[in-house]
Amino acid sequence: MSTTATTTQMPSAGYGAALWRALKSFGLLRESWVGMVGAFLVLFWVMVAILAPLIATFDPNSSIQPFAKPGMVAAKGGTFWLGTDHIGRDILSRIVWGSRTVLIYAPLATISAYTVGILMGLLAGYRRGWVDDVLSRLADIILSFPVLVLYIIIIATIGASGINIIIAITFASSPGIMRIVRGLVLDLRNRDYVAAAQTRGESDWKVMLVEILPNARGPLIVDACLRLGYVIITIGVLGFLGLGLPPPDPDWGGMVNETRQMAMAFPHMTLFPCIAISSLILGFNLLADGLREISLRD
Amino acid sequence: MNDDQAPVLICKDLSISYYTRAGEIPAVVDFSLTVLPGETIGIVGESGCGKSTVAMAIMQYMGANGGIKSGSITFKDRDLNQMSESELRRIRGSEIAMIYQEPFASLNPSLKISTQLMEVPLAHEKISTEEARQRALQMLSDVKLPDPERIMDSYPHQLSGGQQQRVVIAMGLLSNPSLLLLDEPTTALDVTVEAGIVKLVADISKKFGTSQIYISHNLGLILETCDRVFVMYSGEVVEEGTIDSLFTWPRHPYTHGLFACIPLPTADKNAAPLKPIRGQLPLPFERPQGCYYHPRCDHFKPGLCDQEHISMAHVEGSAADHRVRCLRYNEIDHHLQTPDGEVKKALELGEQVLEVDHMKKYYEVRDTSLRALISGKRVRYVKANEELNFSAREGETVAIVGESGCGKSTFAKVLMGLEKGTDGEVRHRDKDLSDIAVRDRSAKQIGSLQMVFQNPFDTLNPSHSIGGQISRVIKKFGVEKDKKKIFDRVMTLLDTVKLPRDFYFRKPRQLSGGQKQRIGIARAFAGNPSMVIADEPVSALDVSVAAAVTELLMDIQREQKTTLLFISHDLSVVRYLSDRIVVMYLGHILERGTTEQIFTPPYSPYTEALLSAVPIADPEVTKREIVLEGNLPSAMNPPKGCPFCTRCHRRIGDICDNEPPPEQVVVDRHVIKCHIPLEELKKVEPVIHVPDESERLHARH
Repeated sequence: MSTTATTTQMPSAGYGAALWRALKSFGLLRESWVGMVGAFLVLFWVMVAILAPLIATFDPNSSIQPFAKPGMVAAKGGTFWLGTDHIGRDILSRIVWGSRTVLIYAPLATISAYTVGILMGLLAGYRRGWVDDVLSRLADIILSFPVLVLYIIIIATIGASGINIIIAITFASSPGIMRIVRGLVLDLRNRDYVAAAQTRGESDWKVMLVEILPNARGPLIVDACLRLGYVIITIGVLGFLGLGLPPPDPDWGGMVNETRQMAMAFPHMTLFPCIAISSLILGFNLLADGLREISLRD
Repeated sequence: MNDDQAPVLICKDLSISYYTRAGEIPAVVDFSLTVLPGETIGIVGESGCGKSTVAMAIMQYMGANGGIKSGSITFKDRDLNQMSESELRRIRGSEIAMIYQEPFASLNPSLKISTQLMEVPLAHEKISTEEARQRALQMLSDVKLPDPERIMDSYPHQLSGGQQQRVVIAMGLLSNPSLLLLDEPTTALDVTVEAGIVKLVADISKKFGTSQIYISHNLGLILETCDRVFVMYSGEVVEEGTIDSLFTWPRHPYTHGLFACIPLPTADKNAAPLKPIRGQLPLPFERPQGCYYHPRCDHFKPGLCDQEHISMAHVEGSAADHRVRCLRYNEIDHHLQTPDGEVKKALELGEQVLEVDHMKKYYEVRDTSLRALISGKRVRYVKANEELNFSAREGETVAIVGESGCGKSTFAKVLMGLEKGTDGEVRHRDKDLSDIAVRDRSAKQIGSLQMVFQNPFDTLNPSHSIGGQISRVIKKFGVEKDKKKIFDRVMTLLDTVKLPRDFYFRKPRQLSGGQKQRIGIARAFAGNPSMVIADEPVSALDVSVAAAVTELLMDIQREQKTTLLFISHDLSVVRYLSDRIVVMYLGHILERGTTEQIFTPPYSPYTEALLSAVPIADPEVTKREIVLEGNLPSAMNPPKGCPFCTRCHRRIGDICDNEPPPEQVVVDRHVIKCHIPLEELKKVEPVIHVPDESERLHARH
């Protein structure tokens, strides 16, 4: 056919290439120092969660020696680097183990909220008409409730557990995600490549998921990072309100709640969990800023 | 009055660069220009050649990362490079005014036209509001806007594109500037509207004595507006001269290449096809040694053209100011080169593939206003297509021509199954498709009817690789099943559209506009279609790229005997490539026939106006001037009688307003919809007169 027949090979398995691309886009983050700081904070907490059994010096749930100040040496050996709480549990160990709770439930809740929000947004934006009307009004109703009230109602009705936290967060934040997705879809659905897919008879879901969604990923990734931060706050708030994970499992919000009456006398009991929460949230927010900066540049 | 002849603007040895993270990008090098009072200078070139950068530099409005590296810009004996920001502010808008491409982006949508117009004299002069208002009114009637009082009182969105551009031009002229910069002022407008604006621009210098710099990619428009022309390529001027001299005896191989890319009336798709310039415009930091054009030039001589930077030289024996940047211009005999383009064989037409029979498409618009509720007229119709009748045969190219809003894209949507027709039939291979949605069609039906889209930047999904997108089509239409065979088919398609095979792995953002459009064509032909609809496939591309894509499209058509439905607003392209033409206006077909029949009398009056509006880049072709007044009526509220009656220059009376025009058959398949009797239409003079080869100036030399 062609005179300049080059030998182009068929593509091999795509996973290696995909991994390489992901690494390369992470390399891009180096160009934004804000993003680097954020990534460092997040990675720090991820490592802490993974290495929890090695870092934690005590059992997080056993009461050893109440009201120990930071740096005190325990009677049976070992140091309470961050002190102990009113029932004598080591605060460092509880924060370290508590990072696992946060870093498991926050991403799970975010993913779940995004799945629901993206599906609703795609349907509303692509189908338009009554589907859009129904879904948008539903979202308006949910968004018109004060978020906190919504959480309290949901958790109080279905009970406090890990799964129920995920359900409550999904219910409360998917309408917001839906609105973002819907707005992006309204723009993207008029592109010629969408028309091209329609004219070759692709099904609606194929058009939505293969043609439209990948092109909405930029703003969604940035929003997901921010939202992860909010979800961590939410999990903290739920713990603080006593609606988080049932005790005695370590939970950062719960730790603040249990010790807040003694905060004036023993500030270390509330201060350290608070620092943990804010540093993780700050990490995600800075990461989001960095990603946005890079996505604007390209 | 000797002072009057002192140049308004002198640019001398100007070099302009942009500074990016990747380093310095020289956008314009070694640019010299002198503008005399009342003179109109044209700057022509393809995108990325630096023509807009020149305009921005003259305005001293380069943005944060651009700068003038060397050279001077002198405006009325004052050096613009040395001026402070506040001095510049006094000059911009009052002594140098600029008009941009898109009128709706130049006007503030939340202010009335009167406020925006009066602001110009109020900001630059000490005059009263009343005086400013009078000046604005006068200017609006000078730019030939009907009913200036009403225009003054409206907001930009209440005006049409053509009216908006006239307002912008009025705004530019209000402070009586000495220099007016126009950056592609008509690109966003329809052809008949464009013709009006071009006439206005051409009259400005006569009426106001304003000097102008007219930037365009269209040589035809430059010919109609300018006195002198500068041809730019890759950041430098390659040729300059008066209109007559440059258009009749172009010297630089690039200028020649440009002319060979435009479908002039003398071009023919079989006997004298377009000759695209090979290769691509070099990126600013990859410009070759010596002549920037040498890698694409047919007359390249190693050791001569690729040595030192070439400077502009005066053309021997020509008028005083014809200059060219070429070392071999005297040795090249362009006249010998032109005729021997390859001659292509005309395609034999097969059986009838498509038949459109009284097809109608109405859109329902529900009016929920209170007034509609009271009057009972809840549902109104937008009549996008009204009684369409035409047919196409195998291997034939049928062009649908019309301005925006005439319903040509709606028809394409019905044919593709994205919309359902309201009435009538669209038969493809004797099967009515007008009310079968694309999802209910068989893979074979879908695959045999494919589309090439208009916007190259929108036609490919930026998230998927080229290979993936073409393979998907092949898989979907079931042309091949086996993975290896699909891959081979993609490779064949890439060869067919003359792109390297490793484009399989590329993402769309790594491709240029022309390359993307080639992939769009490959995708359309992946399912072996019997008919391809091309919706303005080249209108967003540069001249030389458009020529290449047009030729490619026709080569594939010849090879595969595909029927091509070519939707366009550009009559010169249509004349070049189509066998039959359908002229649409406001949902109606006003005339249909072979290309020959459309371009010779009898014409429908609308066809006549369209023909007159097409800019032709040949100074020896003469045209009869017909400028249409008014705007395209809304499809929601079309005229009761003939759709064209509101703008027609040959209106014969009330019958035009009140009765729909009859279809008059001239000869078989040449039909005109008009009230004027055929005998009278036949007496109409031809609009375009093309001189014979022997009558031409350059032949006499």
